[in-house]
Amino acid sequence: MSVIVQGLTKQYGSQKAVDNLSFEVRPGEILGFLGPNGAGKTTTMKMLCCYTQPSDGTAKVCDYDVRTSPLMVRKNIGYLPEHNPLYDEMYVKEYLQFVASIHKIENKQGRISEIIEMTGLGKEQNKIIGTLSKGYRQRLGLAQSIIHDPQVLILDEPTSGLDMNQLIDIRSLIKNLGKEKTVIFSSHIMQEVQALCDRVVIINNGTLVADEPIDKLGRRIAGSQLVTVIFDEQNVKPEIFNKIKGINEISQEHGGFIFSSSEEIDVRKEIFKTAVANGLTIIEMHRDKANMEDIFRQLTKSVDYV
Amino acid sequence: MFSVFSKEIHLFFSSLIGYIVISVFLISIGLFMWVFSDTSVLDYNFATMDQLFSIAPLVFLFLIPAITMRSFAEEKSKGTIEFLYTKPLTSFEIIAGKFFANFVLVSFALLPTAIYYYSVYQLGSPVGNLDTGAILGSYAGLFLLSASFVAIGMFASTLTDNQIVAFVLGAFLCFFFHWAFTYIARMPVFTTTLDLFIQKIGINYHYNSMSKGLLDTRDILYFFSVIFVFLFGTVTVMENRS
Repeated sequence: MSVIVQGLTKQYGSQKAVDNLSFEVRPGEILGFLGPNGAGKTTTMKMLCCYTQPSDGTAKVCDYDVRTSPLMVRKNIGYLPEHNPLYDEMYVKEYLQFVASIHKIENKQGRISEIIEMTGLGKEQNKIIGTLSKGYRQRLGLAQSIIHDPQVLILDEPTSGLDMNQLIDIRSLIKNLGKEKTVIFSSHIMQEVQALCDRVVIINNGTLVADEPIDKLGRRIAGSQLVTVIFDEQNVKPEIFNKIKGINEISQEHGGFIFSSSEEIDVRKEIFKTAVANGLTIIEMHRDKANMEDIFRQLTKSVDYV
Repeated sequence: MFSVFSKEIHLFFSSLIGYIVISVFLISIGLFMWVFSDTSVLDYNFATMDQLFSIAPLVFLFLIPAITMRSFAEEKSKGTIEFLYTKPLTSFEIIAGKFFANFVLVSFALLPTAIYYYSVYQLGSPVGNLDTGAILGSYAGLFLLSASFVAIGMFASTLTDNQIVAFVLGAFLCFFFHWAFTYIARMPVFTTTLDLFIQKIGINYHYNSMSKGLLDTRDILYFFSVIFVFLFGTVTVMENRS
């Protein structure tokens, strides 16, 4: 295993940012680390990179414990922090030289031109970092994280705030890197994870809610559909629909109800009949296939929301 | 450690910081030594460099916190501290690298004053009628004093992510440790009881003692303790980031 997380917990005052989190990542795997904002993704990643100390539990990166040998962990990790902090007043090459000298890389110049080539920074390599566009900053952030050829890459929201073209470039870069490295990357965009990852770990409120291969998660949604119904009346009691055969779950959202059911049964007729029988007026009803986003929403909605 | 050191030095001299620091120091010291008639050596009738050694701590009081204020406050506010602390570097390496870089910059400002020494030496009558021993002692004291101010300023910089706060706090702490104890010792309550002891806590006492040209190990030890205490404080604060 290249990354093992065991009962990792981080407490800030009375609040638990990460609560007893455990998962493993195999070598060469691309793991999508998902969760809504504030779920504890960044905190977990900071603990993996030994920036913050866990309150309880531990994590191992390439068999080095984050508590006992942080320097060895940092040597084997490439980390791209959220918001990608860079020294704006430095030149691109100067910055890469600085990073290379921290890692005590032997053939600095050779490695730097290799990395510039790999991340597509060529055109911008003689600029001051402060003048780079967001996409190139992100490339430089990736470049500094892989310069020492680490076994494990930890990327915290590497695609946030990029435009569509930059997004695609960065994604393909990550995909390429994932061919030889273990990659953990966080995101709150489900499609992105679907496109890139072998496996997803979803957390919510600091706890693990799903840890599955991406295709298994895909199968889970394949057989289900969602019917959205909006009633004219307020205070509709969802219990009255419980008797309808085939409805697995009812949830309330944006003033409407979402009925999820298996694909074979069309529940729309029954919903209509039940509504009429209870004197309710349907003003809108449509049927959608469930997608990854829905699964993500279902798994991560907070308890008081249901 | 060397990577952080050279990055800091590089930043000083690729931006205006380094040049501003050196020229402001030399211009202000030069004005006091050669131009302003109240303090000018030319009007003083004695070949000494006392002006330099009495004014320099005052200039450093503002200049050194201005150099050190960015050390950690800037890294924290920009988030680059997370970059440094997730690289295979120990706290000690990061802090020592920054400390030596700041100290070297201050030393670069001090070194050209050797020309002043040469000028005063030549102006003496007869030539060379100058207490070289006292001047060497004073230089040693001034280097140790500036290293102490650098350590104090860096400590102040770890306490905040706002550079202005770091500067004001650093300047205050430097002032407090340099002068305040001299004046506290003069308060009537302490006379003939604790006054000497209180004076000895301050940097000023040890600096003056070295200015006499006497390299007392107790003074040197004092300066090293001040530097150690504040750098240790810096390491402690940085290690305890949440």
